[in-house]
Amino acid sequence: MAVQALDAERLPIDWQKLALPAVLIAVAYGLIPTYASSYLVEAILLPFLALSLAAVGLNLLTGYCGQLSLGSSAFMAVGAFAAYNFNLRVEALPLVATMILAGISAAGIGILFGLPSLRLRGFYLAVSTLAAQFFVQWALTKFGWFSNDNPSGVISAPHLTVAGFSLDGPTGRYLLSVTMVIVLTGLVWRLVNSAIGRNFIAVRDNETAARVIGVPVLRTKLLAFAISSFIIGVAGVLWAFTYLRTVEPAGFNLDRSFQILFIIIIGGLASIRGAFLGAAFIVVFPLVLSRLGAFAFGGLFDSGVLDMSQRIVLGALIIIFLIAEPNGLSALFDRLKRRIGSRSS
Amino acid sequence: MNYYDFLFAIEVLVGGLLSGVMYSLVAIGFVLIYKTSGVLNFAQGSMVLFAALTFVSLVERGVPFALSLLVTLAVMVALGFTIERTVLRPLVNRSPMTLFMATLGLSYIIEGAAQLIWGTQVHGLDLGIDDTPFEVGGILISSFDLLAAAIAAAMVAGLSAFFYSTRIGLTFRAVADDQFAALAVGLRLPRIWGTVWTTAGFVALVAGLLWGARLGVQFSLSLIVLKALPVLVLGGFDSILGAIVGGLIIGASEKLAEVYLGPFVGGGIEGWFAYALALVVLLVRPSGLFGQKTVERV
Repeated sequence: MAVQALDAERLPIDWQKLALPAVLIAVAYGLIPTYASSYLVEAILLPFLALSLAAVGLNLLTGYCGQLSLGSSAFMAVGAFAAYNFNLRVEALPLVATMILAGISAAGIGILFGLPSLRLRGFYLAVSTLAAQFFVQWALTKFGWFSNDNPSGVISAPHLTVAGFSLDGPTGRYLLSVTMVIVLTGLVWRLVNSAIGRNFIAVRDNETAARVIGVPVLRTKLLAFAISSFIIGVAGVLWAFTYLRTVEPAGFNLDRSFQILFIIIIGGLASIRGAFLGAAFIVVFPLVLSRLGAFAFGGLFDSGVLDMSQRIVLGALIIIFLIAEPNGLSALFDRLKRRIGSRSS
Repeated sequence: MNYYDFLFAIEVLVGGLLSGVMYSLVAIGFVLIYKTSGVLNFAQGSMVLFAALTFVSLVERGVPFALSLLVTLAVMVALGFTIERTVLRPLVNRSPMTLFMATLGLSYIIEGAAQLIWGTQVHGLDLGIDDTPFEVGGILISSFDLLAAAIAAAMVAGLSAFFYSTRIGLTFRAVADDQFAALAVGLRLPRIWGTVWTTAGFVALVAGLLWGARLGVQFSLSLIVLKALPVLVLGGFDSILGAIVGGLIIGASEKLAEVYLGPFVGGGIEGWFAYALALVVLLVRPSGLFGQKTVERV
């Protein structure tokens, strides 16, 4: 029976695992739109959602398929600028279609910069993904067409409407964001439990062995780059349209790429839940640190000191997680759950 | 192309080659660590910043030049052994990617600490080197660049002498060759790694002084890591020769491209040109020009 289950195209769905996501979705739609303050939505939830989605995308490529990418924010930029241009240049294009087209554009660029992965491994590949980072940022700044000839390359979000409803307010943007995140995360969840997802893991764990047992390694890698870039591209649209509203190419720099990488390290590689936990951590952590610092050191803790200590603590956390808990917050969460479970039973 | 255009092209080429030496200088620090411990040390750039910043801050506080140099060196030794103790040892036997990500975290810590201790303002660094260009056969050459190249050459010669005629150098090569065999014959890996990181710290100090004199000592100094990475990829991660040749190729072609290709695409291509060039080379030779080919086993 077990063999049969593995042979099947998809693994059976574990319904118990769906309980927590179901509760979270209920909270996301039921409680938050009515009760959350606009500060909570604007400053915490919107960046959290966009970064979570980007981290889900990167996790697919790095966590599941084992291809380290240092150029994630380039694909966010492609998504954001593509969405802006589709919206600007194609009349009456529905918002959702714009987002999908933006994702497809990012996927195209992702395949282009994923091509070296067919030949390169490990660090050689990681370094070449930096080419995407620098080239995309350069092209978006250099060619005015991308930003409709704005002198500093800045783009502003258009009015967001879906089926006649305006979504420009914080709640509207939140609902748009949360819906995109839930739908795409659901699809990714199905994907990683499918034959393709198992191919990803096979390529990650041992590429040569995967090739020997008949996994189409090249196609699998390109697919990982394409899907991952699609998702990161849509995350870029959310970042630009729902969170910041005005972005410039410089906002999608190497630091942002590292930030997304840190999210999946802290949250847990090859874990969808980890992407969300990590993103929540990355968004909330600077706020907590600044409060704590101001509380402990008072006026000495100015923004410069905050910035530096933030870097130090973040770097230290990365190392601590890699040493003590390579599977990140996600594994910590599991352990906590088990402990609570064993106490109550 | 007339005679003056030709001279100009040569001048660009020479300038490029000399700035390539500066890239090699940073890249060598990476190669040392990669060869002996298999770690791609992203923190090399922040070590450069840390060394230069420590040195310049000491000098500004009135500490004599030689003493500052010694103190900075001592700090780099301490840093090297601390990194070995706190980061490398707990992560022994983990995948190269994990170690790489750990050095990413490390670079954040070192950058943050350097600026928290010494402040974020830009420091000028005067090494007392005259930077008036002089003329050789109608070509202007910066004397600073030339001196930097000489220092780099001396350092490479010194490192090779160190590798091939001292006992520590021998152990370095043994570890680089085969870690398990080195352990089996009783070499102490932790101590060797600490020493390697110290050596890399010394290289970082030299690179930091030269780059700092050129650009001023400030945060952006740590970004030269991004200049060194394509050099490494081009030359191969585990070859000092590769780092030098890669640096020369990248330096020269980057300058030539900026002058002759830049105007057609609107300039500013130095940010990605080196990467594109490295990629093209990699498609032909996936382990760089001088890198070791990996043997794959199932």
